[in-house]
Amino acid sequence: MIIRGTETVLVQGITGKQGTFWSERMRDYGTRIIGGVNPKRAGETHLGLPVWATAGAAARETAIDAAVMFIPPMGVKEAALDIINAGIGKIVCLTEHVPVHDTMYVLAAARERGARVIGPNTAGIVTVGESFVGFMPAFNARVFRPGSVGVVSRSGSLGTLLCLNLVQAGLGISVFIGIGGDPVIGTTTKDALVSLDNDAKTEAVALVGEIGGSMEEEAAEYARTMRKPVVAFIAGAASPPGKRMGHAGAIVMGDRGSYAGKKKALEAAGVTVCSTPNGVAEVLRRRLSGRA
Amino acid sequence: MNFEEHAAKPLLRAAGIETPRGRLAVTADEAAAAARELGRCVVKAQVPTGKRGKAGGIKLAATPDEARVAAAAILGMNIGEHRVATVLVEEQVPIAHEMYAAVLNDPASKGPLLLFSGQGGMDIEEIAERHPEALLRLPIDIRSGLDIKALQRALAQPLACDRAALVALLGRLYAAYASGDAELLEINPLVLTADGRLIALDCKYAMDDSAIPRHAELAKSGTPDKLTPLEERGKALSLKFIELEGSVGVLANGAGLTMTTMDAVRHFGGSPANFMEIGGESYTKAKPALELVLSNPRVKCLLVNFCGAFARTDVMAEGVINAWLDLKPPIPIFFTIHGTGEDEAIAMVKDRLGIEPYDLMDDAVKAAVAAAQGART
Repeated sequence: MIIRGTETVLVQGITGKQGTFWSERMRDYGTRIIGGVNPKRAGETHLGLPVWATAGAAARETAIDAAVMFIPPMGVKEAALDIINAGIGKIVCLTEHVPVHDTMYVLAAARERGARVIGPNTAGIVTVGESFVGFMPAFNARVFRPGSVGVVSRSGSLGTLLCLNLVQAGLGISVFIGIGGDPVIGTTTKDALVSLDNDAKTEAVALVGEIGGSMEEEAAEYARTMRKPVVAFIAGAASPPGKRMGHAGAIVMGDRGSYAGKKKALEAAGVTVCSTPNGVAEVLRRRLSGRA
Repeated sequence: MNFEEHAAKPLLRAAGIETPRGRLAVTADEAAAAARELGRCVVKAQVPTGKRGKAGGIKLAATPDEARVAAAAILGMNIGEHRVATVLVEEQVPIAHEMYAAVLNDPASKGPLLLFSGQGGMDIEEIAERHPEALLRLPIDIRSGLDIKALQRALAQPLACDRAALVALLGRLYAAYASGDAELLEINPLVLTADGRLIALDCKYAMDDSAIPRHAELAKSGTPDKLTPLEERGKALSLKFIELEGSVGVLANGAGLTMTTMDAVRHFGGSPANFMEIGGESYTKAKPALELVLSNPRVKCLLVNFCGAFARTDVMAEGVINAWLDLKPPIPIFFTIHGTGEDEAIAMVKDRLGIEPYDLMDDAVKAAVAAAQGART
């Protein structure tokens, strides 16, 4: 999922310290922030923007395309359901440490209403030159120079490094999709690949994965069908293997989740897997210059 | 958070699932006393890991004396990385048939997944691989809970036990999973006894770490991760710190970037001394984080890799610089800094430490690896 510069964005938790800091930066970048939510400060203005009691109240007054949440973990379920019930179609959940049962509840409700969720535990989305939603250094031109490479990353910090490497290699970024580091998330690596595949501004994709889970393996199956080149880096080659979830985990996961398994699956699908983030930038530079 | 068998079973019992009668014992004499009360029994090592049977951690005992001998053999043994300090002494159950049942968080369906097999026991992974049709996989909508009608339709396979009793048990298993914020709740084996009862012979329970704050009481009976003294200090500071064998101290923000920094150290021929992540909300804890990394005597140099998104590099760099000037460690330090706040952060490193951060991570890593190797010889 991609949030365009034309789309309006509501900020849940806009009056908090982080909500304030990042709302200002999002707005400065060009994101159409239309106001925020804080039940205790409904009717006031903050940063010159209206504050509503709920997303539902906001949606009754104005058209809202997306909402971003600066909400503590135990408040996420209720806040997200407020957004979903308001009929808002895109939700960015930045919060870390959301109980997974709450996440699953929210995702089931979102699916029923046709809403798309990114996260939890994501750094957000940057549509370079148009808007950013979350807490990414989109305003830093050394990291987010406009260009044609779409980036999908579980990690915000590693994704930022990879974008920087792409810019250092003379390339630019079309869209950055941070999908989040939690075990259960709304937008998977594969979902993000589909979005980038369908994005007219994106000519190639940098895929940043991590050991654990099986999202990279599922993404590989889709990457095989793509005409745009996909180049990957998987973090965790030097990390001890993560905890296995008993027999049930082994049954569900099989041998997926390891660095070797992910590399093999991606390479079998025609994806070049590099051993450093900088390697990804170098390979993409060669691929894209060869094309021109 | 993992729970040992004896700590997991109360969750099942609270949901109405029968488990064998049992007593905990920390000495061989206590095990013998338990056996006197229970009769023919099983002595089971209590460690938060699988493969206990194969490791010799589960023994049958027909008499209190046999229970004493079994407990003496099991107590103190090492299973995986765990030393056995407690055994669970349980009555023997007359097993007619073994089955398998579990509910877990499933990333693929983004909801709970119920697993059931009419064939269970030790070799469930093998059964799942060879006879995938024998394993029921039922995705569940967490909002409405387990759909009993859907379960009855899905349970098409012939069963050794009473169908209604099994459906009721799986409903209770799901209720226990939901009430305990489980990542995984597994009964293996689920046994049908000779007299027709369904009993959970063993149980594995992992609670979602993010849900611990709303299960303060229950979490007390969970098994804390096994930590080194330095890791304990990290945990007390809410820092994700893992001690490793190498010599390059690593300080980075975000799990992905930290793992990548470690990967790069290895890739360029070095060896990381630690995993230390100060991203997210702990980005203000650079100073205690640095003190912790430097407390490891194997550290021969420090590699700092910040890539700010939410975490502001200027705040993190200031913490590191303050701690560095305070501690004055006799080792070299290498920086690479990008993202939110980088201009201020880089200027601070230059002004206050008199060194130039590297623009490329790879170059900073190479320099750190070379310094660690130079220090070793």
